[in-house]
Amino acid sequence: MDESVVIRTRGITKVYTMGTNQVHALRGIDVDILKGEMVAIMGASGSGKSTLMNIVGGLDYPTAGTYELDGIEVSALSKNKLADVRNQKIGFVFQGFNLLARTTAVENVELPLLYDRLGRVRNPREAAVRALTRVGLGDRVDHLPNELSGGQQQRVAIARALVTEPAMLLADEPTGNLDSVTTVEVMTLFQELNDSGITILLVTHEHDVASYAGRVIELRDGRVIRDEYQERVSARDDLERILAERRMDEMEEVQS
Amino acid sequence: MRPFRLVKVAGKSILKNKMRTLLTMLGIIIGVGAVLVMVAVGDGAKSQIENQIRNLGSNMLVVTPGSSSAGGVSRGSGSFNRLSLEDAEKIRNESVFVSMVSPVVTTFSQIIGGSGNWRARLNGVDVDYLLIRDWDLASGSWFTPQDVRSGKKVAVLGTTVADKLFSGQDPVGQTIQIRNVPVQVIGVLEPKGQTPEGSDQDDVVLAPYTTVQQRLSRFRFISQILVSTSNQNDIPAAQEEINQILRESHGLAQFEENDFEVKNQTQLADAASGTTEVMTLLLAAIASISLLVGGIGIMNIMLVSVTERTREIGIRMAIGARGSDVLVQFLIEAIVMSVLGGAIGVAVGFGGAALVANITGWSTVVEPNTVIVALVFSAAVGIFFGFYPARKAAAMNPIDALRFE
Ligand SMILES: Nc1ncnc2c1ncn2[C@@H]1O[C@H](COP(=O)(O)OP(=O)(O)OP(=O)(O)O)[C@@H](O)[C@H]1O
Ligand SMILES: [Mg+2]
Repeated sequence: MDESVVIRTRGITKVYTMGTNQVHALRGIDVDILKGEMVAIMGASGSGKSTLMNIVGGLDYPTAGTYELDGIEVSALSKNKLADVRNQKIGFVFQGFNLLARTTAVENVELPLLYDRLGRVRNPREAAVRALTRVGLGDRVDHLPNELSGGQQQRVAIARALVTEPAMLLADEPTGNLDSVTTVEVMTLFQELNDSGITILLVTHEHDVASYAGRVIELRDGRVIRDEYQERVSARDDLERILAERRMDEMEEVQS
Repeated sequence: MRPFRLVKVAGKSILKNKMRTLLTMLGIIIGVGAVLVMVAVGDGAKSQIENQIRNLGSNMLVVTPGSSSAGGVSRGSGSFNRLSLEDAEKIRNESVFVSMVSPVVTTFSQIIGGSGNWRARLNGVDVDYLLIRDWDLASGSWFTPQDVRSGKKVAVLGTTVADKLFSGQDPVGQTIQIRNVPVQVIGVLEPKGQTPEGSDQDDVVLAPYTTVQQRLSRFRFISQILVSTSNQNDIPAAQEEINQILRESHGLAQFEENDFEVKNQTQLADAASGTTEVMTLLLAAIASISLLVGGIGIMNIMLVSVTERTREIGIRMAIGARGSDVLVQFLIEAIVMSVLGGAIGVAVGFGGAALVANITGWSTVVEPNTVIVALVFSAAVGIFFGFYPARKAAAMNPIDALRFE
């Protein structure tokens, strides 16, 4: 197998059975994602994006098909082995942040290291602080989630996903709960992480967000209908432009 | 996850909900406290009884007529199993291990003395009696072998009798009347207190058994033979030996059961404390029910907690917690709660036992064993009642848990 392929799915299907009703959420997905890519998955609501992410992220098993992650056949793993794969190879970022309440930022970020059976990290707290610094929250280490803005909470979640130094970062609508400026901030962070070599797969509804990725895969009714490389837009440039415009607006307001 | 971290994680989630944790632990606290107090009361009564038995005399064996029922049928009142003076003599002469022997003839009699009269137990005994019972004289003297042989009309009074008959005066040298027979008081016993059954051991008049049998009553049969060995290690051998001698003396065939009993102090103590043991067990059983209820409380709260924290469980699983990690986390939470509750319960139990002792005047004893058992038991309650909720948490599916609202 090609060294540089991180994710390889072949004929993945997912069927949800609800009583006598069967929902075909995925109808055969063949996707190869290479190391270092930043891929956006798009599609209408109900097209199967989250279902695919959950399978790729080792949170769920496909009904049929094969999925290799970093050369490991994931669909054949036991529950415990799958938990270890989630811990060591995957960093997951959710739309709703999913931080533990009443638990400080650094403790949230430490959490994956506590479940690391290999004990690769001697000092979890130190590693957690490093990850928080990397996402620009070095000064918010001991804050509780409810003391942080949405964008900051999502950064804590990203730090938690990064702290185990996973092969890839999966994000299901990471900017779904964020306003436009914070969205661009988080996307800037994703692009920086991608530039430093981390493979990123993210789900989004918005074309703007998808434009920051170098490749777009579009789903419809559980099938891939588009898979294209594109010139990615720089999120940092957008951010600076937005901030400059905002300053102009404020100045105009003050003048009038 | 490493054990220490697990305990830390468990401790943290317990501390996040202090009031609920306290209320949950309350069941265990009350349960353990109640068990401890109950057992302390029972143990206190038991140790008191054992003290009193030890007070009976050292190396003592008691031979009593037993209720024999040959072939399951009682021989009836016509054929009492009786101990006789010959039995006592035989033991004295034939036994190797026995060093002292005294028959005891017991009757009750009205006794008239200096300043009043009093109905008391009259024990006819031999010279060895005092040594066997490890009893001392407060004043006066004890009777001699010569007195016993001749059936001399002399008596030694217990302190209760002495007080009743000669309040304040010295009874030694005075004369008392037993069934219209004048008897000279030659000594007064040291006070000995109550028997395990609660009767006053000092409410007694001791006289030579010959005197009692021949001059003071028509009562010919003896109620007990007291025996002692010079060495404590000889007690079992002496017991066996007396068995042999008396079986032979009573002409018992091989298949017949003993028509007498030979008991050492441990056996006497067991018999006396047997009832308190049953009581202790009963009290402990009742108190254990409250511990059980406490355990059910823990289970209830853990089930609520697992449901409430479904999202947390989902998050932990999503970032790599195995089912077993989640199971252990919740189990430890339950155990920490129950053991902490148990420890507080032990403290409460100590306080409660002291309080009971203070109010009722009973002696209460909290044995170290009871404390250990209480702690182990509360840990077991935590494991037992925490397991089901913990397993429920561990069996969750990460996506379903994450999607839970
Ligand atoms: N647990 C489930 N049980 C039954 N059906 C499900 C379940 N999860 C998803 N589905 C169905 O599978 C299909 C794909 O759902 P999925 O969540 O993957 O869509 P999506 O592309 O992520 O949509 P959205 O953009 O709204 O998040 C939908 O029709 C959905 O109703
Ligand atoms: Mg979705």
